[in-house]
Amino acid sequence: MTEAAIKDVVLKLLRRFAPEANLEKLSPDANLREALDIDSFDFLNFLIAIHENLKIEIPESDYDQVATLAGISQYLAKRLA
Amino acid sequence: MPSLGADMQEGTVIEWSVKPGDPVKRGDIIGVIRTEKADIEVEVWEDGVIDQLIAKPGDTLPVGAVLAVIGGERQPAEKPPTPAEKPTERAERIKISPLARRTAQELGVDLAHVQGTGPQGAITKDDVERAAPAPAPAAAPAVVTAAPAFEGMRRAIAAAMARSNREIPHYYLETRIDMDRALRFLASENQKRPVQERLLDVVLLIKAVALALKEIPELNAYWIEDRLEVKESIHIGFAISLRRGGLFVPAIHDADKKTLSGMMEAIRDLITRARAGRLRGSEITDGTVTITNLGDLGVETVHGVIYPPQVALIGFGRIVESPWAENGMLGIRPVLTATLAGDHRATDGHRGAQFLTALHRWLQEPEKL
Repeated sequence: MTEAAIKDVVLKLLRRFAPEANLEKLSPDANLREALDIDSFDFLNFLIAIHENLKIEIPESDYDQVATLAGISQYLAKRLA
Repeated sequence: MPSLGADMQEGTVIEWSVKPGDPVKRGDIIGVIRTEKADIEVEVWEDGVIDQLIAKPGDTLPVGAVLAVIGGERQPAEKPPTPAEKPTERAERIKISPLARRTAQELGVDLAHVQGTGPQGAITKDDVERAAPAPAPAAAPAVVTAAPAFEGMRRAIAAAMARSNREIPHYYLETRIDMDRALRFLASENQKRPVQERLLDVVLLIKAVALALKEIPELNAYWIEDRLEVKESIHIGFAISLRRGGLFVPAIHDADKKTLSGMMEAIRDLITRARAGRLRGSEITDGTVTITNLGDLGVETVHGVIYPPQVALIGFGRIVESPWAENGMLGIRPVLTATLAGDHRATDGHRGAQFLTALHRWLQEPEKL
């Protein structure tokens, strides 16, 4: 799975939690939770959705690596490689 | 018409999920009413049989109006239905998920004509969407109703908060809590759990508040007619914000008796249903104290407004790394500021301070939560 394809999956899942957000304009380096106003409950649900879709479980110790769109796309690409 | 808040004056019956002759027991959901804030499921408070449905769907009635009559004795409803009765079976309780019910409302789908394909014939969201009129733009009805509903919620919050500020002499106390042990405990717990069962830090905070309230029960109380009514059960109202604005404060029942996993399950259920607009009446009205957690938004200190007739509100800010001196040593610790807003008619700062001390202590012993 390419990083671009992973990014598409991530954006599709983020849309569930921030349906009103214009994700096309989301900066790759913006903090996802701040930019999309995602609280800790929805962030956990987002990680559950990632696990359900990509079979990747992201441990809490890696949360700082998945804080941005670029970060989570690269992180998942590495884990899926 | 139940009162689902100090400032609710009327409500509109949206639907009944029972019919005359149906047996009901305490806790059953028998219908849905629309208030200014949201659609709320109506529960019954005693066992019996639906004798009469007086209010019809669409009726707007004042608080206190009789919606239905429940008889005390069970009618011989167990007799097998005659063939003539069978066409009315769809009028019996409809098995449907909250999400599907919400979707049906938004799409204007009559549930009586939807065939459920879920477990035990329950109607799913997909069933509802399939039954929706084909060319109807799904978003349109939601847009039409969203603005008035939001305005109604704002009005309800405004009325409750104005009353609180007018009537309650608030006092505020705050304390800084070293969260190092609590967060280490949480990390260790979550390492053992699959992602679906992970705990959020707020679970520890709610449980610690509940246990501290057992030590200072005067804060778990109502102030009604110039006297304090201490509540035996600890039902913690948990403020849940909505993306479109506004908030709900449904109650986590018997929070002191829940395990951490049970607390997480309760929070998950409440947040999901609050955001889908499917809370139950008792959850709206039963809170005996309120917690507001604004840590997700970067706020460090919360000075809340007490929700009457409650007499206390506990606010939590963000956990931030801060310099922390202990035993003559300076270090960096994750620090949480906890705030108590107390009703000075009910308690004094002395008891409030004892509460915050107890809360601090419980969070230093997370394994006991």
